Amino acid sequence: MAGRWRTRLGILSAATVLAGGLTACGGSSTASGTPTLNWYINPDNGGQQRIAADCTAASNGAYAIDVSILPSDAAQQREQLMRRLAGNDTSIDLMSLDPVFVPETSEAGFLAQIPADLQQQWSDGVVDGAVQGATWKDQLVAAPFWANTQLLWFRESVAQAAGLDTSQPVTWDQLVAAAQAQGTAIGVQGQRAESMTVWVNAMITSAGGTIIENPDAKGEDLRLGIDSEAGRAAAKVMQDITAAGVGGPGIDNRDEAATANLFQQGGAAFMVNWPFVYAQGKAAAEEGTMDQAVFDDYGWTTYPAMSQGQEAKPPLGGIDVGVSAFSEHQDAAFQAVSCIVSEQNQAAYMVSDGNPAALESVYDDPTVQEAYPMYDTIRESLKAAAPRPQTAYYNEVSQGIADRWQPVSSVTQQTPVTSQEYILEVLRGERLL
Amino acid sequence: MQTRSAGDVSVSRSAARKPRGSDKARSEARLGWYLAGPAFVILIAVTGYPILQALYESLFSFRLTAPGDREFVGLKNYGVILTDGLWWSALVNTALITVVTVAVELVIGFALAMVMHKVLGWLRPIVRTAILVPYAIITVVSAYAWQYAFALTTGFMNDLLGLGDFDWFANKWSALFVICLSEIWKTTPFISLLLLAGLAQVPADMTEAAKVDGATAWERLWRVTLPNMKASIMVALLFRALDAFRIFDNVYIMTNGAAGTETVSSLAYNQTISRLEIGLGSAVSVLLFVCVLVICFVAIKVFKVDLARARGEG
Repeated sequence: MAGRWRTRLGILSAATVLAGGLTACGGSSTASGTPTLNWYINPDNGGQQRIAADCTAASNGAYAIDVSILPSDAAQQREQLMRRLAGNDTSIDLMSLDPVFVPETSEAGFLAQIPADLQQQWSDGVVDGAVQGATWKDQLVAAPFWANTQLLWFRESVAQAAGLDTSQPVTWDQLVAAAQAQGTAIGVQGQRAESMTVWVNAMITSAGGTIIENPDAKGEDLRLGIDSEAGRAAAKVMQDITAAGVGGPGIDNRDEAATANLFQQGGAAFMVNWPFVYAQGKAAAEEGTMDQAVFDDYGWTTYPAMSQGQEAKPPLGGIDVGVSAFSEHQDAAFQAVSCIVSEQNQAAYMVSDGNPAALESVYDDPTVQEAYPMYDTIRESLKAAAPRPQTAYYNEVSQGIADRWQPVSSVTQQTPVTSQEYILEVLRGERLL
Repeated sequence: MQTRSAGDVSVSRSAARKPRGSDKARSEARLGWYLAGPAFVILIAVTGYPILQALYESLFSFRLTAPGDREFVGLKNYGVILTDGLWWSALVNTALITVVTVAVELVIGFALAMVMHKVLGWLRPIVRTAILVPYAIITVVSAYAWQYAFALTTGFMNDLLGLGDFDWFANKWSALFVICLSEIWKTTPFISLLLLAGLAQVPADMTEAAKVDGATAWERLWRVTLPNMKASIMVALLFRALDAFRIFDNVYIMTNGAAGTETVSSLAYNQTISRLEIGLGSAVSVLLFVCVLVICFVAIKVFKVDLARARGEG
């Protein structure tokens, strides 16, 4: 009998502890009355965590920021956030959002409306593409935090041997010829993923086209510009890469990280990629996993152009910080965002995590210039960059492109028209994706 | 005086066929219902409710990020799916993976079951543990291990086989081959465990008698062992076929449906989770459920699987 009572007491105390724990998990305020803001971030080198700690300390008790890490893949980050937000989850206060998902999040009513004065404050001095990426229906709906762009990376020695003049804008044709002449490859991202849309969009916009002609429209009313001269020019670049045999091994399963590794290991002497590859190469040289001489041979210039005399529109990426419409501490969250995206934090984040700042003035910071010798090329590239399609249906458009433009070797002059028809059918609800 | 109608006759006939139990038997049956009843109700709640919800949602055009645009579309979602080549290609892939993996697993699983059955002494627990290890590994972990082994960057298989830069996951058939291989490695122990239970039920005196009568090992296997294991084999086939038909993890990790390796489960995931198209995704899930029901029906009716016998109640 005594044993049974002990068991019951045990269960009761376990339930009490569990209930207490759950209350602690669900609570968003500390005992002192300081609201705790939950910031859902994309994984990085710990930079956002440091910013959260710094802003917590600087707030003098106005708020504290806790960080929760989302999956590494942008599409999976969206999946998790959207499902939580659709359930009116009040545990999200701040979220690091890929700019391509800003319109969908805003259109669904998941983002808190930003006061006019803050809209002004958060967009002043920010590169134009980053402001566009954080804007939906003429309103700034999230704060630009960092603004990524892709550059053309090359091994100086190989480019020189090929006679490639990298002081002038390089075209895809020249790049294919140089890689073929030197028996090397061009690192591109041919995986059936979002990175494929980044590449296709950059080529179409660089050729003077656009993927979506009326981004504000409802899904079934969207008009696409993939089946166009620009679309066919993009397809031709892929056909040329395949025909010249300069795609390199594993092109159809290569994302940005795999491309960076291929370049590091000498499998490709040219690549298009985000600036994180520089920090990664530097670390590899310091750790001794790559020769210092190889790192010293790293060269860079702006994204390849589609033809001579036609300025390239490099890919634009980055992260915006949004405040949830369901947050119970929106005022504190707005204050926290102002701290997160401050010039000082953007500069420190660029140095620590290799992600370029959205504020143009950061590129004048001597520490940034020292850490990133290509700072001027990044700034130039950001100014010329074109955002990916800004639509609430980005996921369908992007998946449709990735599905029809992959594998790279299957791309023909028919690909633009077939992919356009497919995406339109998906948007009208007539096809599976 | 009581008179009997025709109806009473039929009742008494059926009673004659199936005699009514004693009071004790009836009270035991009642106790059985009292004990199993709560579990039965919970089972209906946790399986029945989501199925009915999915059936209901499948009749709408409903996107999670546009709740205001929810619209009743009747059976349109089913029409879209059943007229789309992607559904049929995913169905063929899934059926192919099911047939290939279950067939190979049955043969290897039977051989392993024989080994586990025959081995004696101190070696028995070691052999049984060694054979069961792959089944203890989480599918996602095993999927990553196989992907890393065959990947261009981290893999050692290309070096081992002298295949150079061959990209296993860029081609439908080579990707499906690795997916099947991983599936077979992972779940053969499950089938061998079920078959081992069957082997243990084969009467030893029957095998002995066949041996005395001069039957060869092959004849004993075909004429004595396998016929006595029929129920176990059928249950193993049914369980594994259902499991294989729901394949998701391996495909998701290795190709995520690229190179034409989409399966029915990954298709449902894509519509529901990636696209947040709850209506279309629910319709795919309902069709997947119908496929599972068909497999169950075929296995139980056509192959006469007797689950009660397999549990040792026959």
